[in-house]
Amino acid sequence: MTRTIGLVVNPVAGVGGPAGLKGSDGDAVQTAARERGMTPRAEGRARSALGVLAAAHPGAEIITAAGGMGADAVRAAGLRARVVYTAGERSTGADSASAAAAIAAAGADLLLFVGGDGTARDVASAVPSEQPVLGVPAGVKMYSGCFAVSPSAAGALAARWLAGDELPLEPREVLDVDEEQIRAGRVDPHLFALVPVPFVVGRTQSRKSATPVSEAAAVRSAAAGAIAAMHDDTLYLLGPGGTTMEIGRQLGVSKTPLGVDAIRGGALVLADASEAQLLALLDTAADAGTPAKAVVTVIGGQGFLLGRGNQQLSAAVLRRLGPDPLLVVATEQKLTDLGGRPLLVDTGDPDLDQRLAGYIRVTTGVTTASAYPVTAPEHEGAHSCV
Amino acid sequence: MSLPIAPKPALRRFHQARWDEPVIFELTTPGERGVLVSRPEPGVREAVGDVVADLPAGMRREKPAALPEMGQMRVLRHYLRLSQENLGADFNIDVGQGTCTMKYAPKVNETLISTPKLTELHPLQDQGDVQGILEIMWSLERAVAEISGMHSVSLHTSGGSTAIWTNIAMIRAYHEANGEGEQRDEVITTIFSHPSNAATAKAAGYKVITLYPDADGYPDAEALRAVIGPRTAAIMITNPEDTGIFNPRVKEWVDLAHSVGALASYDQANANGILGITRARDAGFDVCHFNLHKTFGTPHGCGGPGSGANAVSEALAPFLPGPVIVRDGDRFALDSDRPQSIGKVAPFYGVAPNLVRAYAWIMALGAEGIKAVAETAVLNNNYLMKKILEIPGASAPYATGRRRIEQVRYSWQELFEETGISSEEIGIRASDFGMHYWTSHHPYVVPQPFTLEPTESYSMAELDEYAAVLAEVAREARETPEVVRTAPHNQTVHHTHHDDLDDPERWAITWRAYQRKYFS
Repeated sequence: MTRTIGLVVNPVAGVGGPAGLKGSDGDAVQTAARERGMTPRAEGRARSALGVLAAAHPGAEIITAAGGMGADAVRAAGLRARVVYTAGERSTGADSASAAAAIAAAGADLLLFVGGDGTARDVASAVPSEQPVLGVPAGVKMYSGCFAVSPSAAGALAARWLAGDELPLEPREVLDVDEEQIRAGRVDPHLFALVPVPFVVGRTQSRKSATPVSEAAAVRSAAAGAIAAMHDDTLYLLGPGGTTMEIGRQLGVSKTPLGVDAIRGGALVLADASEAQLLALLDTAADAGTPAKAVVTVIGGQGFLLGRGNQQLSAAVLRRLGPDPLLVVATEQKLTDLGGRPLLVDTGDPDLDQRLAGYIRVTTGVTTASAYPVTAPEHEGAHSCV
Repeated sequence: MSLPIAPKPALRRFHQARWDEPVIFELTTPGERGVLVSRPEPGVREAVGDVVADLPAGMRREKPAALPEMGQMRVLRHYLRLSQENLGADFNIDVGQGTCTMKYAPKVNETLISTPKLTELHPLQDQGDVQGILEIMWSLERAVAEISGMHSVSLHTSGGSTAIWTNIAMIRAYHEANGEGEQRDEVITTIFSHPSNAATAKAAGYKVITLYPDADGYPDAEALRAVIGPRTAAIMITNPEDTGIFNPRVKEWVDLAHSVGALASYDQANANGILGITRARDAGFDVCHFNLHKTFGTPHGCGGPGSGANAVSEALAPFLPGPVIVRDGDRFALDSDRPQSIGKVAPFYGVAPNLVRAYAWIMALGAEGIKAVAETAVLNNNYLMKKILEIPGASAPYATGRRRIEQVRYSWQELFEETGISSEEIGIRASDFGMHYWTSHHPYVVPQPFTLEPTESYSMAELDEYAAVLAEVAREARETPEVVRTAPHNQTVHHTHHDDLDDPERWAITWRAYQRKYFS
């Protein structure tokens, strides 16, 4: 199989971080950062990734955008650049999106993007939903789950992709936060997309066990385990995410990937519900004596269960769900990827967060669960290790 | 001039023999035989008649088995060639298969098991004729009981996972006998206990709850408190865990289990670091098992037959697999009249050659020698850890700065983030220097892992050589990464394609399956 890598660099990604500006979105912030003497780190990060790729595939052709949006870094790494997009003098988020769309349309079957959450959002908004992408981490904000652990790691993965290795793809979350809010002291990221991301972590896994389980099979198993724990007479509020999508698929209901959907008895009650709709639904359920539970999974790379990308499941909603409000479902790999950090809940209601904190049973498969620590972000670090 | 002998390079320039040896099924020559069996003499034939006709029709093959047809010498040459295309435990500094405990299995014990006194025995012989092997088994049971502090021992199982299965089967039988079989439907384990504990409990019908380590990397006692209760049938844990970290609060774990009526099961497959130092029963455990091929110096049998020993408290003794060996004065007998036994877990009475090897290993060392094994294994491990942690890019996550018991799960994550070179690639490149590690670490908790377990068998010079090879490969990862990425350079096999092993449509573990899946 002949494969082609695409590359889009957000040349100003990361410029605001060292300047203490909590992000790099917008012209004014970028100007302010430059005035503080900051230089973007995107090109260096891009070169690190491409260096690893070039070592394995010297002279490979990369579909990219002109100048600082890709071609400069491609040529510096000794690779060939096929330029399919040229931005204006100063690139903007719209340029990242347009370039990504042009690169995907030109036939790149894996699109590398260099940036942070804002770049991920721009790219995801512009490419077809089945387009495999991989983030080279270079931004200030990194809530999304679609980044490699380092630029070199992204390059190594791209090299294997180009070599024709069969890498599994997994839907990962693109989260972004309004930087104006962060600067105002609020963190409220929203889930914008699920994008297919190749991964290798399972490659050397479970060689010793009799039945090696791929990550896709692990997701199916975790979803089946959650379904086995569900009761027909209970109303379930199915949060967003790849694993909850799989629950919908196995139940035969068309779940919205980014929304909260209410189901009961294996059938859809309400799709893509707002907080107000959920509250109304819970009122009706309470009148009928129907118990209710939220089904949530780990969102993004930081380990959030609540408060990132599923804000419809607000404190008011969760308080209506009784003493044991959550059915948490995730693969073992999602937990181990946290590297010992706890799961996080940030409902905006400190009392509720405290009530949810402690150890929670995470359904990881049929008749398997892990007891995992949950904490509120204020207490982040209490369990962090390694 | 041939003398003096030229000095050897600091690191071996290993190069594997390449024989391009076909699969044995491709070497068949129709009609060729290893042994030509004479036809029976007419007198014999007349006396016994047609013996084949006496076999039930259902037991007769309709056509001969499709076995390779080869002369003896060709068979010998075939396997010797394959052995040279390998990197076996007797060739390399085999410390890279942490958790497997690749210690030296003394060759002298092979002479004991090849004697006709053992090879000519049959398990259905009259017990009066096999007093010798029964005495060896009984004595080995008592030795294992002494080493574990337990009351009774069974040597029946033919592998570690079977032994863990036997642990949970006995636990299940115990709760059922007490009328609590329905109520107790959960088993608790830890993420760094051997995964067969979770697997066998699940296979036995239990819900399995896995605990993650606490902030310091120790098994999380608070997590245990949060989930243990009247539904708990047992905790099934390894100690030290696969990280090499010993749980200093293990007595508290056992007491917590007992306080809710649960049992405590100890996976001691690899007890190499604690022999003669701690005992399972002294910590209150009800059940434990050993792998004779990890702890007691019998060979790892390429997947079998290994051998396990299950040891239990007095309360659980009635549930041991049967039959058990009983001693009456200086006579030994098999007791099959045990109504509460979980029954058979393997044919007959265990893998007799491994039982003889393990008995010989224990008796040759004695009590002091066995303790010295553990002390040496721990000393070797902590020496090697110091050498490995001097390599830039290597780390030992969890319990930072603390000593480990018999092995360490290390991480190349720092090197990977810097260079994109993975742990697997480093292990493969190390094979160009005549040693290796394998990267099977289920589950994949520590990123870019490698687990080294030097046991008591390796010398300081060998550990130095092993660490020097890893240091060299780590240097290459930074300075000449393409050398590492394109490794191995001196092997007969390049990269194996793991994907085929994940797909039931494509995996082929027999020649027949290979023919069917790929050529039909």
